[in-house]
Amino acid sequence: MKNSVLIFLSAFLVNNIILIRFIGLCPFFGVSTAVKTATGMGMAVIFVMTLAAWITWLIFHVFLLPFNLVFLRTATFILTIASLVQFVEMFLKKSYRTLYNALGIYLPLITTNCAILAVTFLNIDNNYNLLQGTLFAIGTGLGFALVIIIFASLRERLDMAPINPSLKGYPIAFIAASLVSLAFLGFSGLFGLS
Amino acid sequence: MSKRETFFRGVIKENPVLIIMIGLCPVLATTGTVRDALGMGIATSFVLFFSNIIISMIRKCVPNEVRIPVFIIIISTFVTIVDYFMQVFQPDLYRVLGVFVPLIVVNCIILGRAEAFAQKNSVIDSTLDGLGMGIGFTLVLVVMGAIREILGHGTFLSHPILGKGFAEFPVTFMILPPGAFLVIAILKGLINRFSKKEL
Repeated sequence: MKNSVLIFLSAFLVNNIILIRFIGLCPFFGVSTAVKTATGMGMAVIFVMTLAAWITWLIFHVFLLPFNLVFLRTATFILTIASLVQFVEMFLKKSYRTLYNALGIYLPLITTNCAILAVTFLNIDNNYNLLQGTLFAIGTGLGFALVIIIFASLRERLDMAPINPSLKGYPIAFIAASLVSLAFLGFSGLFGLS
Repeated sequence: MSKRETFFRGVIKENPVLIIMIGLCPVLATTGTVRDALGMGIATSFVLFFSNIIISMIRKCVPNEVRIPVFIIIISTFVTIVDYFMQVFQPDLYRVLGVFVPLIVVNCIILGRAEAFAQKNSVIDSTLDGLGMGIGFTLVLVVMGAIREILGHGTFLSHPILGKGFAEFPVTFMILPPGAFLVIAILKGLINRFSKKEL
């Protein structure tokens, strides 16, 4: 149990997927222009990431491993995630209209979000069981949401700041990300995690 | 568009990383040293090159509705090839790059070129485009890797070049994650500055 808690904290703060591992940067810079959209994206990622972690874990351990098809991992996982996202979108549209209105437009974007695929690969590479995999996925998703929301509130202020024209847009966003990343480095060593 | 232009466009004018700003994850994550950067650049270029060729070959017989899944299958086939090749022939490099090798499959540059170029153009043009974009991508990775390795370790391809005194007290910040963000911020800022002058 202690081990599982550490996996969660490590994924959430210490090895933050965006700032320390550099995965999922495209949506990070693309969607973090306003706090509202960032929140929507963050919630959608937590949701899909956890579902994807379950399903790919089951597929890997029920089909790929027993039938010696591990080399199909990359192709299977990316197709599973793409169809999962489609399916979730249709399901929410029909059954949970409010949730769909909140997350709907972010769902198609998630198919190309490398953070989801990375979590499913890391689950397998680290030999996590289903519980550890779930905690890892939730922790990573929460870390993604936390950082994207912090960063969106920073960028809303950057828009109004007087900045050298050469640095407007992406460069100043990168510099801000560098500083936030430096702050997150402060978490390393927390509970003996690295 | 001339063949020459198709090829060189990806290297400088429409450089996928520094001008279009896609495929950023490996650019920041795998540029701690020049060797890692070069390995990642070559692996990605290989996938881009061959998937561009195959996709432009089959472009006329793939129905429009299912093209994205078809492209993804083709790309992931080449990614799996690279993955297994690297595991056998470059195990050290594979250990450092880790999850970023299978993640080439979601690199936006590759699917982006398939969508924007290879599915509409001839095999020769797509080959040149894949080659040019691959070189442009690798170039940026190597430049980032060189800056970070020289400042962070005082070495270039593991050869010490900045002297012993520097190697004892290197700018460790550069090889940490925040350093990667700072280096690309400065590169992009410089490009903005100079491209404005040209215009």
